[in-house]
Amino acid sequence: MNDQRPLVIIIVIAIVGLVLLTKLFLIQVADDSFLKKAESNAIQRVVDHPYRGLVYDRNGKILVYNYPIFDLMVIPREFQVKDTTRFCEIFKISKEYLKETYTAARKYSPVKPSPLIKQISTTDFARIQDYLIDYPGLFVMTRSVRSYPQASAANALGYIGEISGPQLEKDTTKYYRQGDYVGLSGIEGYYENELRGVKGVKYKLVNVRGVDKGPFKNGEFDTASVAGKNLTSTLDLDLQQYGEMLMAGKRGSVVAIEPKTGEILAMISAPTYDPNLLTGAQFGANYLLLNRDQDKPLFNRPIMAMYPPGSIFKIVQSLIGLQMGVLTPNTTFGCNRSLVACHNHPNPVNLFGAIRNSCNPYYHQAYRMMINREVSTNTFKDTEIGLNAWRESVLKFGLGGPLGIDMKNEKGGSIPSSKYYDRVYGEGRWKYSTIYSLSIGQGEMLVTPLQMANLAAIFANKGYYYPPHLIKAVDGDYEKIPVQFRTKMDVGVDAHHFDLIQDAMAEAIYGTAARAAISDIQIAGKTGTAQNPQGEDHSVFIAFAPKDDPKIAIAVYVENAGWGGRAAASTASLMIEKYIRGSITRLALEEYVLAGKFM
Amino acid sequence: MRQDDLYINKIDWITIAIYAALVIIGWFNIYAAVYDEQNIKSIFDLSINSGQQLVRIGTAVLIILLIMVADYRLFENLSWVLYLVFLVLLLVTPFIGKEVNGQTLSIGFGAFRIQPSEFAKFTTALALAKFMERPSIDLSQPKYQAQVMFIIFLPALFIMLQPDTGTAMVFAAFFIMLYREGMPQWYYVLGLTFVAISLLALGIENNLYLAIGVGVVIAVLILLGKKRWTRIVGLVVLGLLIVGYTYSLDYVVAKLPEHQQNRIMVLFNPNIDPLGVGWNVTQSKIAIGSGGFLGKGYLEGTQTKFDFVPEQHTDFIFCTLGEEFGWVGSLVVIGLFCGLLMRLVMLAERQKNRFSRVYGYCVVSILFFHFMINIAMTIGLFPVVGIPLPFFSYGGSSLWSFTILLFIFIKLDSHRIQLLGRMG
Repeated sequence: MNDQRPLVIIIVIAIVGLVLLTKLFLIQVADDSFLKKAESNAIQRVVDHPYRGLVYDRNGKILVYNYPIFDLMVIPREFQVKDTTRFCEIFKISKEYLKETYTAARKYSPVKPSPLIKQISTTDFARIQDYLIDYPGLFVMTRSVRSYPQASAANALGYIGEISGPQLEKDTTKYYRQGDYVGLSGIEGYYENELRGVKGVKYKLVNVRGVDKGPFKNGEFDTASVAGKNLTSTLDLDLQQYGEMLMAGKRGSVVAIEPKTGEILAMISAPTYDPNLLTGAQFGANYLLLNRDQDKPLFNRPIMAMYPPGSIFKIVQSLIGLQMGVLTPNTTFGCNRSLVACHNHPNPVNLFGAIRNSCNPYYHQAYRMMINREVSTNTFKDTEIGLNAWRESVLKFGLGGPLGIDMKNEKGGSIPSSKYYDRVYGEGRWKYSTIYSLSIGQGEMLVTPLQMANLAAIFANKGYYYPPHLIKAVDGDYEKIPVQFRTKMDVGVDAHHFDLIQDAMAEAIYGTAARAAISDIQIAGKTGTAQNPQGEDHSVFIAFAPKDDPKIAIAVYVENAGWGGRAAASTASLMIEKYIRGSITRLALEEYVLAGKFM
Repeated sequence: MRQDDLYINKIDWITIAIYAALVIIGWFNIYAAVYDEQNIKSIFDLSINSGQQLVRIGTAVLIILLIMVADYRLFENLSWVLYLVFLVLLLVTPFIGKEVNGQTLSIGFGAFRIQPSEFAKFTTALALAKFMERPSIDLSQPKYQAQVMFIIFLPALFIMLQPDTGTAMVFAAFFIMLYREGMPQWYYVLGLTFVAISLLALGIENNLYLAIGVGVVIAVLILLGKKRWTRIVGLVVLGLLIVGYTYSLDYVVAKLPEHQQNRIMVLFNPNIDPLGVGWNVTQSKIAIGSGGFLGKGYLEGTQTKFDFVPEQHTDFIFCTLGEEFGWVGSLVVIGLFCGLLMRLVMLAERQKNRFSRVYGYCVVSILFFHFMINIAMTIGLFPVVGIPLPFFSYGGSSLWSFTILLFIFIKLDSHRIQLLGRMG
């Protein structure tokens, strides 16, 4: 009996196989209703791009917002058009363009959508919308484009652009996809994660012609996009625009900081450009133009240009000397021009006079005392130890490395260490006479305009600073900005040493920068000249005001404008008046600055 | 050395070739099920299921090598131990396992997780083979029938507790093996009749029609047969029992958990709620049905994309095949399965000892049951039961347990000469 049973089992297997195949034949081949159903409910996955966060100035004026644009997309395999002439008329394109774009799209992918017409305006969109139904394989994709209504602060705000291949590879979170936009510089770049929001995904049913048939399973699997966070900038739009106006036709930087908070009130990189150039479809072409421009408008001078600090550095020298105990207010040196050149002023001078008159020989002698402390009998060794100790003190002033501003690509300048001189001259083969130019802020020393503005803030604050930053609140919340911008930095010099410095700076205005003086606002400032081997020196001025309750600290660089007492001091003074008073009383000075062209 | 030569030469490469074909086709289908043309990733990408499955296939190959180099007596000797170990694991799973969707199926540490219920299938097969090894076990005797049932239903009961009805149902498949080993035929006639009546009772809206039908059949039987009182009374009682059963079935179904109720209802009327309960079946039939004769082409499917239906790459993997390769693709895969099953029956029949033969039939039973139920549910011939398609569906435990199940038999088969002496 059992001998039959294996056969029975084999027959059962065969029957089951046949039943399944028959049923499959019925639904797959004999019945085409399933094919029709499939055609009417393909599921399409649509990424819901979030609204990018907005940026406001410190007074609530809008700096960056989004506006919608429409791209007409084509799916080549599904695209059908009978009357090409009429089609071109409706969509306002030439036949050649249609042919070219369609061929390119088909080559890219017959099934994936490609843009047929990019950046259709809202009015054109409304017009063509009704015709879309006649042409299968076409649909409209809405995107939003950044817009900068004030056309101001281009370098500070930065720009967004399509994500690059290497960036895409580095994105370990797999958030981005090909074609996504990402902040590339300035605030847009640094606050990308805050601004971008969270993408959503929508699944919808569409038929084979791409007509939307509603959400799939009532949106059960959909996730909503979350709009990006809005940022409140520290910038004061009025001051920013005024500064840009003053700097028109010049090359240079203006950085204004609120000393008590490190908030950047204005940050001007001149020459600048209209940020709206770097949005939307024109991005590529305009970027090339700007990049080729010999005035380098894309070069963000406040944080990327580096100059020797010049005379202004004498204030840092004075403070370090006082803190070390090498100098006292009464320390007096003769203006010995055999050491280093100087200009005519009363002689000899004490510390106050040295700052007021910017006496070079004074600092040559003072710096030697700071460097050669006679801790080693070997004068080379002694210089090395002294230089490195001194450098430590200088770094505390936010020099010699990036301040960590909330922008990409900040340069840090440089303050040389003993290693640098070892490399250039050989170990044990250099001494004070090799490095003395550092005493007056020249030689192998570089700072950025931002660092200079921060120095002004340190002098105003009598010894501390908050790292300068451009964003004061995320979604209106101060606590959400990065913690380093809320952390007070101490420069390691006692506050009382700053009294003499502030007095001398206030006096200096009348000595070297008389134009900067304002009758009812007491300004403390210091001129500088950054030597320029290629041509006319750069004009530099730092200041803070009012002296007794500083509201603004500022650094101004005007390239090729010569001595700092003229162009730079005038510009700084006008900026201070504009910020504190809100208006300008000295129209002649304004006229003088506007007329100055140094390009 | 002679023995090694012997066994290498006796490996059944036909079975292995069909196995490899199914695993590879399955792998390509898993990729198709998660393929998203707007975000194309490599089939090897470990962040998607196909990449993960490749790792598991690699592990399966390692398992195969281990089985092939192991001593062929090992499985026989470990039969009871493995059976008991997995019984214990099944018992503790609900307490120490990870709960997903109200079920606690898997245990393990960190990334390494297994589902004991998947492996209990082959340990039970081994235990049954071991128990029936002695020729004196005669399945026509109620005593042995009871003992065999006990071995089968104990693990099935524990799996019901997890609760995983689908996998527990698979244990019924062992009746195919029992049939071959001499279980009385009328059990099967009775069982199938019972199933048929149940399906009719559920399928026919009004039980009154069914009752009338049963009445007519009984009446015809009474009229045509000998008119003896005992026979007439017996038939009437039988008819009443059947009618009673059909009415009580509605009551029992109403007592079932809602999702099981729905799965049964959908079988008879998939349009009840096409976007709700019936969704899987409707969608699955649309996907397979839209494939046509030759299919839409690999990765060109439109219905089985996106990973949001978790069953897409596991229990409903056949949809992707049906949609992208059409009826021809279905024919190839069903042909491979039927070929594999028939080949295994032949292999089982050529065994010289009862242990190997019983085990071979257990393999046939389990694979057949999975194959039949899984494909039948995707085309709406059977209620949705969450059991995977062997070698095809995504998932480590299922692939590994089917691989172990099959390759232990291939190993035993390759040693059939050595196992000769113990036939009795």
